[in-house]
Amino acid sequence: MAQTFTFELVSPEKVLLAGEAEQVQLPGAEGDMTILPGHSPLISTLRPGVIDVMLGGTRSRIFVRQAFAQVEPDRLTVLAEKAQDVAELTSAVIADELAAAESELAQAKTDEQRLVANQAIATLSSLRA
Amino acid sequence: MPSLKDLRNRIASVKATRKITKAMQMVAAAKLRRAQEAATAARPYAERMATVLSALNQRAVREGASPLLVGTGREQTHLLIVMTAERGLAGGFNSNIAKLARADANKLIAAGKQVKILTVGRKGADNLRRDLGRNIIERIELKGIRQLGFVNAEDIASKVLAMFEAVEFDVATLYFSEFKSVIAQKPTALQLIPAKLPEANGSDDAKAAGAQAVVEYEPDEDAILGYLLSRNISTQIFRGLLENAASEQGARMSAMDSATRNAGEMINKLTVKYNRQRQANITKELIEIISGAEAL
Repeated sequence: MAQTFTFELVSPEKVLLAGEAEQVQLPGAEGDMTILPGHSPLISTLRPGVIDVMLGGTRSRIFVRQAFAQVEPDRLTVLAEKAQDVAELTSAVIADELAAAESELAQAKTDEQRLVANQAIATLSSLRA
Repeated sequence: MPSLKDLRNRIASVKATRKITKAMQMVAAAKLRRAQEAATAARPYAERMATVLSALNQRAVREGASPLLVGTGREQTHLLIVMTAERGLAGGFNSNIAKLARADANKLIAAGKQVKILTVGRKGADNLRRDLGRNIIERIELKGIRQLGFVNAEDIASKVLAMFEAVEFDVATLYFSEFKSVIAQKPTALQLIPAKLPEANGSDDAKAAGAQAVVEYEPDEDAILGYLLSRNISTQIFRGLLENAASEQGARMSAMDSATRNAGEMINKLTVKYNRQRQANITKELIEIISGAEAL
């Protein structure tokens, strides 16, 4: 029984994080989920939120936006257009993201878009606290 | 026959030009390395995206699929997104892309289609303005951007998507230069909308993805496919921008290399000419002195 699986966090510009992870918590579109080794194949979009990675005994928390995850038997790939380590999230960055999410909410045409924007605002507000 | 002074001036000016082209070549080489690194770093994302998209494409329900994939059902209005550089002096780089776009635009116009052109980069707009000026609907300039970021691609993509939603065009094609190697750049046309997805039965990777049919989707396949298709537009544009940046530097590097070499050859020729001229002058003066002495 494998204790780890290959985890990759990829942004359009480069591979941000890669390695053998013990577990990864994802903010899935239909609810949070934790991926452990041997998870069944899954493709899911992600809400704007924080992914929690246990990588070689160290824990990193990364804020992602516009992301989706692909789970294969021994591998997890997260493609994120925006990704930033929570430790590096300054209040200015959060304020920027909040403003972006709020303008998205104002422009949203469907209920789903409004839901996504609201979730983003909620996550960001909790990070700021 | 130019005088000795003229020749000296010519040689000095060609030498100065050679210094400039040599410097431009070295700057282009350094920038090329950076552009290539950026293009390589961006590859995993695009590849992953393509794998997931083609796997989804096979499974998703065909009816009622996103218009980004199946098109609007018409082919009347074409949008050509022509991406070129902000600067010239890069050999045939800008004009090759413009030439390809112009040929396609003229073909479409001849077939009675409506053509709209969106230019990215100043040089393409300048080149196409002469004969297709009326078709250019918008010009995006990327002046003063040191390192291309994904945001630049997103800006362009959101404009294109907004136009598509407003039904301003039916088919969108992206024109850029594919970076094959330092000396070879290939102008390429890539159809963006409706998306041309790679068929999933070629590579082993895609086969594997197709074989495990029991993949869960959250939310359902169609929703993910729709979401990814719109993200794919910015990914493709970003890829085009990066390929273009690398191609531009590669083209400039080889253009400046041959310019430097030409300047060197010219200096050699002029130097030979200068030496001959000087020798001829000395001989002439000697003849004058000797014949003057004989006449006494």
